[in-house]
Amino acid sequence: MSVLVVIEHDRDQLADASLEALAFAADVAAQLGVDVEALLIGVDAVSLADECAAHGASTVHHVADASLTDYGPDAYGGAVASAAGVLSPSAIVASGSDRGNEVLAYAAAELDLPFVANCLAVKTADDWEMTRVQWGGSLNEEARLASSMPILSVASHAAEVAEPVTGATATVQTLEVTLPESATATMIQDRIVLSEGVTLATAPVVVGGGRGVGSAEGFEVLEALAAKLGGIVGCSRAVTNNGWRPHADQVGQTGTRIAPQLYIACGISGAIQHWVGAKAAKKILAINTDPAANMVVKADYAVIGDLFDVLPAITDIT
Amino acid sequence: MRVLVCVKRVPAPGAKINITEDGQSVDATNLGHTMSPHEECALELAVQLIEAHGGESHVLTLGTAEADEQCRWAASIGISKATLVDAGSMDWDPQRTASAITDSIRSIEEADGGFDVMIFGNESADTGGFQVGVRVSRALGRPMVNAIKGVEVDLEADGKGATLEARRETDNGFEVYQLPMPCAIGVKEGITWPRYPTMRGRLASKKLAVDVAVSDAVPGGQMKVRLNRPEEKVSETVILGHGSEAAPAVVELLKELGLMS
Repeated sequence: MSVLVVIEHDRDQLADASLEALAFAADVAAQLGVDVEALLIGVDAVSLADECAAHGASTVHHVADASLTDYGPDAYGGAVASAAGVLSPSAIVASGSDRGNEVLAYAAAELDLPFVANCLAVKTADDWEMTRVQWGGSLNEEARLASSMPILSVASHAAEVAEPVTGATATVQTLEVTLPESATATMIQDRIVLSEGVTLATAPVVVGGGRGVGSAEGFEVLEALAAKLGGIVGCSRAVTNNGWRPHADQVGQTGTRIAPQLYIACGISGAIQHWVGAKAAKKILAINTDPAANMVVKADYAVIGDLFDVLPAITDIT
Repeated sequence: MRVLVCVKRVPAPGAKINITEDGQSVDATNLGHTMSPHEECALELAVQLIEAHGGESHVLTLGTAEADEQCRWAASIGISKATLVDAGSMDWDPQRTASAITDSIRSIEEADGGFDVMIFGNESADTGGFQVGVRVSRALGRPMVNAIKGVEVDLEADGKGATLEARRETDNGFEVYQLPMPCAIGVKEGITWPRYPTMRGRLASKKLAVDVAVSDAVPGGQMKVRLNRPEEKVSETVILGHGSEAAPAVVELLKELGLMS
């Protein structure tokens, strides 16, 4: 028996969220007294086996089916369901990302079992008890799960990635799976690259603007500071609703969840929808004219003032 | 073509979401209700697809009888038909919800014909289960991709039959999927820009006949015990200064955090 972690990767680039899933699974496995094992899907994905071992997987099951080189939710979900049939794990865990949640939804549908998305903590017992995210992180739900094989995804930043064990090598076992006939219909057919370089999800500094920026042109002062710091500009929902920035720049419950070293929130009041997307930042600096703004109150640091005075002054001396 | 869009009535949160005393739900006393933001965009997409290709759109919701309001909102922007599965609750678990929606789609399709495209929100704004669309699509044997931010329908794609091109945003661009129709997608906010209803639309929505259905779907394995507010990180905000005079202190902070040398 094991806790089986479905490893997310994109053409053999490991997704960091998978390391959080491995760390979370280690806690569940310790409660059950079983090992953590990893499931790697894709011919070349086996190159990630040692990294999985370094993060706690005792055995890596490798699905080397040639049709699974690229991602497709039905195919990957089918592979997970098929692997579950062969390995009979105590539980299946994946990251609570777009892909992780999608693959587990497919697998759970195939297995006709419950799937609990975005868990923060788990207590194993006859009926498992879990704390999970609701309202995009504004509320937590205490839930109980009756299932012969718990299937759950791990909320973003719910587990600390463990230090890798140096020199760990994985025991790799090749696993044959049966895929659903429908699997090919949902495979990725093409990719369009729009930008190289830092993104909201990876930038060390995000300079965010809210209603207080006032216009599309107003973002120039944010762009200038972001460029100096090797960061990127983000925005609140009010900004995209006003058409000042594209939706892709939105930080929040229905936009991107960010976790930079520093989030500089300029002219942002700090509504729940925005806060849940920004709160994983290591440090938050709010720049706002209103010292009572929610963002200022919740931030680590604040400058009280007009962002059009403050930002150019910072940019000038950096 | 025939397009189905599934929406969920949820409380419209303000700056803070309060919980009822018994911990079972969001205290909506001072909040209005709306639908999940992803689904507002899903509705708009359904209307746009029908405008571009002709046909009929249908909105389906599961919840309390008050979700009639969301059905009429949908009609006010141009959706032609509506079905409300009256569950007497907004809190059915994902398996039960999916099972009831699947049954309802089967009976709508039996009466009116099959849907070419089914559109779901990526996840509901409240419970965030991330699975109902996938479960429904799987049960109906249709391909489904979630987290979609761009769509193009080609009804005669190079002799391959009707195809829906769906784009999913990634860190640096898009992944592209080609789904043979009939198919389903889960969409994210930003895929469309929801329109406001016209006066004519509002008047028409009052006349909409909402088909109310009941379901005998049985509960699944996930049970809510109670809701809690997460512990907020308590941080004493350090005020670095006022106006442009604070700039040197900000630069010091950037150096301290290793973000500049």
